Amino acid sequence: MSSNTIQADYPQFHRCEVDFTTRTEYVEGMEALKAAHQVLKEWTFTPSLPERGYTNRTLYLNVGTLEIRERPVTQQMKDVFTGGRGFGLWHLWNAVTPKTRWNDPENEIIIMPGPVSGITQYPGSGKSLVVSLSPQTEIPIDSNVGGYFGPLLKFSGYDGLEIQGKSDQELIVFIDGQKGLLRVETAPAEPVDSHVLAEILTHMYAEDEKDRVNISVVSAGSAAEHSLIGMLNFSWYDKRRGCIRLKQAGRGGIGTVFRDKKIKALVIRGPEVKGDLNHPKDFETIARTGIKLHKELRSNDPVQCLMRRNGTAHIVEIMDAYDLLPVHNYQYGSHPETHKIASYIWDQRCTQRTADGCWYGCSMACAKGADGVELRTGPYKGHRVTVDGPEYENAAGLGSNCGVFDAEYLLELNFYCDTYGICTITYATICAFVMECYQRGILDKERTGGLDLTWGNAVDDLEMMHQMARGEGFGKIAGLGVKRMKELFIRNGWGDPDLINDIGMENKGLEYSQYMSKESLAQQGGYALTNKGPQHDEAWLIFMDMVNKQLPTFEDKAEALYYFPLFRTWFGLYGWCKLPWNDVAPSDNAKTSEPAKIPEHVQNYLDIAGAMRGVKLTSEDMLNESARVYNFQRIFNIRMGKGLRVHDHAPYRSIGPVTREEYESRIERYEKELREQAGIDPAGLTLEEKMAATRKYRTDRYEKLVNTVYARRGWTLDGVPTQARVKELGLDVFPELVEIVKAYGG
Amino acid sequence: MRQLRIDMGKCNAGRDCRHECEEACAVKVFKLDGPEHAALHIRELPDGTGQAILCDQCGDCVVVCPADALKRNKMGTVVLDKNLCVGCYTCIGFCEKHAFERNPEWVVPFKCIACGICVKACPHAALEIVDVPTPDYRII
Repeated sequence: MSSNTIQADYPQFHRCEVDFTTRTEYVEGMEALKAAHQVLKEWTFTPSLPERGYTNRTLYLNVGTLEIRERPVTQQMKDVFTGGRGFGLWHLWNAVTPKTRWNDPENEIIIMPGPVSGITQYPGSGKSLVVSLSPQTEIPIDSNVGGYFGPLLKFSGYDGLEIQGKSDQELIVFIDGQKGLLRVETAPAEPVDSHVLAEILTHMYAEDEKDRVNISVVSAGSAAEHSLIGMLNFSWYDKRRGCIRLKQAGRGGIGTVFRDKKIKALVIRGPEVKGDLNHPKDFETIARTGIKLHKELRSNDPVQCLMRRNGTAHIVEIMDAYDLLPVHNYQYGSHPETHKIASYIWDQRCTQRTADGCWYGCSMACAKGADGVELRTGPYKGHRVTVDGPEYENAAGLGSNCGVFDAEYLLELNFYCDTYGICTITYATICAFVMECYQRGILDKERTGGLDLTWGNAVDDLEMMHQMARGEGFGKIAGLGVKRMKELFIRNGWGDPDLINDIGMENKGLEYSQYMSKESLAQQGGYALTNKGPQHDEAWLIFMDMVNKQLPTFEDKAEALYYFPLFRTWFGLYGWCKLPWNDVAPSDNAKTSEPAKIPEHVQNYLDIAGAMRGVKLTSEDMLNESARVYNFQRIFNIRMGKGLRVHDHAPYRSIGPVTREEYESRIERYEKELREQAGIDPAGLTLEEKMAATRKYRTDRYEKLVNTVYARRGWTLDGVPTQARVKELGLDVFPELVEIVKAYGG
Repeated sequence: MRQLRIDMGKCNAGRDCRHECEEACAVKVFKLDGPEHAALHIRELPDGTGQAILCDQCGDCVVVCPADALKRNKMGTVVLDKNLCVGCYTCIGFCEKHAFERNPEWVVPFKCIACGICVKACPHAALEIVDVPTPDYRII
């Protein structure tokens, strides 16, 4: 199904024309805010540009002791960890011990643009990887984020920024890559919510209007202070709209760590961006490959995904049509009101005729913006704002998964998540969980402090979020996340513990992202067999499994859980976005031997990475580069007390039908499965017996998948990389890694 | 707006000329030798006809430029501000007329600005600068 079909079905909906240049402004009084700053430390450095993608140094800042220094990027770091997420994990490994907790001063926030990050010719090449110990999972989290901060940091002279320590007063860290100056300033008076703060700081630190595009701000928000689900916003200045835009390092609570360190914002002022600042070895190959993809997007995006018009929300109606859209906390896969939040709505509601990339040269341009949104609730009630997105995850999560089928409220939910500095995906899954608890009597109005959390009640949903931002009431409890809420509800005796555990969609302490995986075995593994918790960054297999039908056999699914997590890890090592890999495809892709991999695009990436570094890279090199970091991260998890088979346990809601209603909604599918795959004749069995048989069949199948995937990855049945695999990957140069796997039977 | 047009009835695709239009553009506008450096191109096709690759100032490149480096000037001609250009080549990839180009020696790309130098150089008077209504920007 294409979005065009849907649009044709709803011709009565007319384009919403808004003036995209007017909105509530927040810069008044900026001088007084600036006057209250006190410089705690000033430090100078020599700005430099990367050579073949690397500046060969990173910047270390301790916000507690105000120690600032440069650290070399060694050849061993490049050989073993490549860059980006690999460098981030390595720095974090050296910073923490197994006893370090997320709110200890030793924990770090590490921002690492990879070696290609900042090239302007190939779409999706401006990403930074943010790494920290997660407050939610208590293991390393990594988050892939757009916005200009990472590339501008690289062009100021650093391959990354490592922040350690805890401050006792509110800080802004300003890095001026034009002047070679770093200042740590107190910032007592600025508001913390991102849409206000990023705008103020962009104006405050730019030398004039033209300079605003050289500024990027990293900030969180007030809900990040009172919850474990804080995220970081990375800004850029949108010249056409005349406002700041935001992209999020969302998952895992890094914004909570940021506010716990009392950092209000990081601000970078980079040099003017030009097309060759990464100084690749072979610019010509990068230019040629980039133009090829621009052409492909021009010709194919309008007939494939319409990313340029709707962003990732283009799949809302597709997921609904295939019964895969999360509805009411992943109970169901479709809903009669989905058309109210489908892509044609966002096509109309987002401003078109503008360039919406989150870094220069991204002609996929999925960072859509809905302008002229007038807020109806909360501290910014009545303000007119620009909302980024909504992306698919937000439309599905904040929308169908919570029963909210109102586009304007959905935008408001999306807006407040962003400005309050909390992850939309995480918040959505939390809200879906509490709404189901409300449905089933585990929660009631008394337990929620008066919130009526019935499906679709967007006003009380927003009030829960406002409470989270104020650190009050049930909103504060929700900010603990699903794992801790499950434990609390069970401890309070509020419901059947088995049911609460079955419907609480978390693994390793992280909430599931917005795909209903119970009918896709590949996605069940794609979620729970992850290093950092259930997100689709590592293995977004549901589309190729259920829509494109590219993984028909058990073996195909297991193999996909070997290849794709490694392939997708590679994006994070270099600073790439995944969307231009498979949200557009060459016209002849279906005729290739492995269409799911999109071989031409894989070759594009290999060509560009090789041209950047001056080496020739093969697919095997790619998988090895990724496997080193992927296995290192697994061992890191084990070092921190997770990373074993028990931690790859999936909640049953992600595998099969928990309740009678769910079973009955797909009874034909489940009975066919019992007959044809489980070898059980459902005739004569009670509903409870059929549900139990389905549960056993599906749980056994998941465990069989785990065995097969672990073996393919070179891990023991307990999920520990074997010593042989560690040696094969060259990770045995670090004896402490060998010691860990040995201790756990690897 | 100003727009360069060609009458393919008069131009016979370089069969009895030396591509003076391209040469004049390359030398006088870009100070480079060789028709490949020109902002317009005339190709001979195997069937005996010709093909002209010209910018019609449609403005698609203005819409897709992420750096806001492409604008219409007072005469409606789309011009590139080299200081703002970030060398991403989205303009090249999204130009349906293949009229936005790059020279491997430069990071910034280039295009026709309807200056008319080629018009004067054409021995067959096949080229002309015309004044046409400026089209609306399209959703691309």
